[in-house]
Amino acid sequence: MTNLTFYERTRDALEDPTVNQAIRVGARRFVSHRASTVSGLPEMDSLRDRARVIRAETLNKLDVFLAEFADNVELNGGRVFWAKNADEANDYVVKLAAARGVRHVVKSKSMVTEEIELNHALEVAGVRVIESDLGEFIAQLAGERPSHIIAPVLHKTRGEVGKLFEEELNVAYTEEPIALNDIARSHLRDIFLSSDMGISGVNFGVAESGTLSLVTNEGNGRFCTTTPRIHVALMGMERLVPTFADLGTMLPVLEISATGQRLTVYNNLLTGPRRSGEPDGPEELHVVILDNGRSDTLASEVAEILYCIRCGACLNICPVYQSIGGHAYGSVYPGPLGSVLTPTLMGLEQWHELPHASTLCGACKEICPVRIDIPSLLLRLRDASSKANHSPVWIRTLMRIYSIVARHPKLFQLGMRFASVSSRLFAKEDWLNRLPPPLNGWTDHRNFRALAKKSFGQQWAERRSTEHTS
Amino acid sequence: MEHSDRSIDKETVLFELGDGIRNCAQLMVTCLVDAIYPSVGISAVEVLEAQGITVEFPSDQTCCGQPAFNSGYWKDARAMARHTLDVFSVTNGPIVVPSGSCTDMIVHQYTELLKDDAEYLAKAQDVAGRTYEFTQFLVDKMGLDDVGARFRGRAAYHSSCHGLRGLNLREQPRVLLSHVEGLKQVELPCSEECCGFGGLFSVTMSSISGSILERKLDNLEESGADLLLGNDVSCLMHMAGGLKLRGTQIEVKHISEVLNTHD
Repeated sequence: MTNLTFYERTRDALEDPTVNQAIRVGARRFVSHRASTVSGLPEMDSLRDRARVIRAETLNKLDVFLAEFADNVELNGGRVFWAKNADEANDYVVKLAAARGVRHVVKSKSMVTEEIELNHALEVAGVRVIESDLGEFIAQLAGERPSHIIAPVLHKTRGEVGKLFEEELNVAYTEEPIALNDIARSHLRDIFLSSDMGISGVNFGVAESGTLSLVTNEGNGRFCTTTPRIHVALMGMERLVPTFADLGTMLPVLEISATGQRLTVYNNLLTGPRRSGEPDGPEELHVVILDNGRSDTLASEVAEILYCIRCGACLNICPVYQSIGGHAYGSVYPGPLGSVLTPTLMGLEQWHELPHASTLCGACKEICPVRIDIPSLLLRLRDASSKANHSPVWIRTLMRIYSIVARHPKLFQLGMRFASVSSRLFAKEDWLNRLPPPLNGWTDHRNFRALAKKSFGQQWAERRSTEHTS
Repeated sequence: MEHSDRSIDKETVLFELGDGIRNCAQLMVTCLVDAIYPSVGISAVEVLEAQGITVEFPSDQTCCGQPAFNSGYWKDARAMARHTLDVFSVTNGPIVVPSGSCTDMIVHQYTELLKDDAEYLAKAQDVAGRTYEFTQFLVDKMGLDDVGARFRGRAAYHSSCHGLRGLNLREQPRVLLSHVEGLKQVELPCSEECCGFGGLFSVTMSSISGSILERKLDNLEESGADLLLGNDVSCLMHMAGGLKLRGTQIEVKHISEVLNTHD
């Protein structure tokens, strides 16, 4: 995606006041919408507990449910393709498009297609791809990736969108949301009607019926999956629920956590392609079930991240996400969820900074609809990362020395004395305004408090000896 | 305001430790308090003593291992955890820690860290079962809400995350502070939001940490407080350092220092 390092991307994000402000306002709006809905919903906690149980049971017997799901999709007249990785998934869709003479594809929002870079694969093959989710549409016009998993252009102000539309769509400038929406709507209408293939993601696949549950607020998902003659749905292999009844738990939990809506505007349940006698629906339905590292994740010590239902609540609440936004992470999946999922799916070596991009404040765990212990997963990845020597030598050395010294109380106290004397040597009224590298990061943003003249241990010892002599 | 005599009668048995030892607590002072803020430790001891508790300080204690654990050096963290357990598993009675995050480390993370080491897992479970953060000890274990402190100021309380979410320390500090004569508690906007410290994160990703800190300090200034209180000196040191750099005159104290003031 980018050649910049994590630190460079972070710096750029922090230095961009518009992005900074837009993200914070947007993320906080989601948080407050969710909070106000939850405050009127005493059963939310038990719904979340139930949702967690459903996710755990699904993943415990994922092989069984996947087989059941695939059988039912095929019984309903759909085709299932099992893709081991991104290339296999892209290859299948590209070949299908070629075989059916597809020139235009219209897409509903799907993070899995971002993960495998399907648009790029199709475009290389000469197929035109148009995103129909408003946010994705804007991101595509701007040539950007989504910065949030449910609100792709959270980082943009409406003024920026107005300018973009003016330049790219040749319309008069406006920054009125309704007017902007109308522009996109009329632009997309013809595309919906003229596309040969609709591509969507899947929020949940129902194992017992082979049904695809798809949630949108704009109706574009329904358009994409019913108007073109071919519907291709891409689904991460963990996105199943065993039964239809489970949707009764999972959908409200997802929707409330994502946007604070009790119910999303369009809840689509798609079971098979058009059957004979039905007036609409696609002629063909293809479901691509993607592994792309998920089997390995399931067997790893961070398997719990596969409980994730992609609501985005952990992004919204995260103080780090609120500071740097989604793009700085550099990964398709940003925020706390992305900091676990990305290194797990794509490799820790390339993504070893991400598990460290957290204060471990635990707000993500607290808000997660399925109560994923994200801080604990981040810590496990940090441990794995240090074992693989991905972290800076000075930290490794510092920790090793500190742990040795900390096992020898006398040495520890001596070390503290030394640190006290040396820090006080450079301090002005107990404070230092500069620390030497590699600790200078601290003093770039705050002064450093010098160590006390006498440690607590020393003061305690003196106190005791006074007591004994008095 | 009238105060009842809050301290425990010498005859009251809060906890019995066998051999006639009662009402005695161990202080785990934490490495940061030991080295940088010893007055926090002294205050905690004096508050406890004023309540009739005998405080012991096992002098071989060093660091709980949290810095290594949180930065992913679990092998090193394990070594420090074992040392801390060796020091405290031979003591009796409750262990009081003037830090939410160190308490959380001992209470919740040691068992995870040492799950494959039966000997130390048993020690970890014993120690975890009797370790309390300072305000948690006063309110939940001793049943106190008023320690007879007097302190003039408009205080904003920052709930550090590990205490807040790990130990559910929400009411305990506020209840204690609400009984401090002369102290007015002001609401800190977004009070449950992280201050951005995050351990080594504050050094390795210092610009992100700094950006979160800026928001916290803006909120603090907006609150109208002249005093910032908390129960974790790590976060307090980070925020105090930020205030110092800004040149903002807001005093920063650990809650034990206020609870130990009587003038």
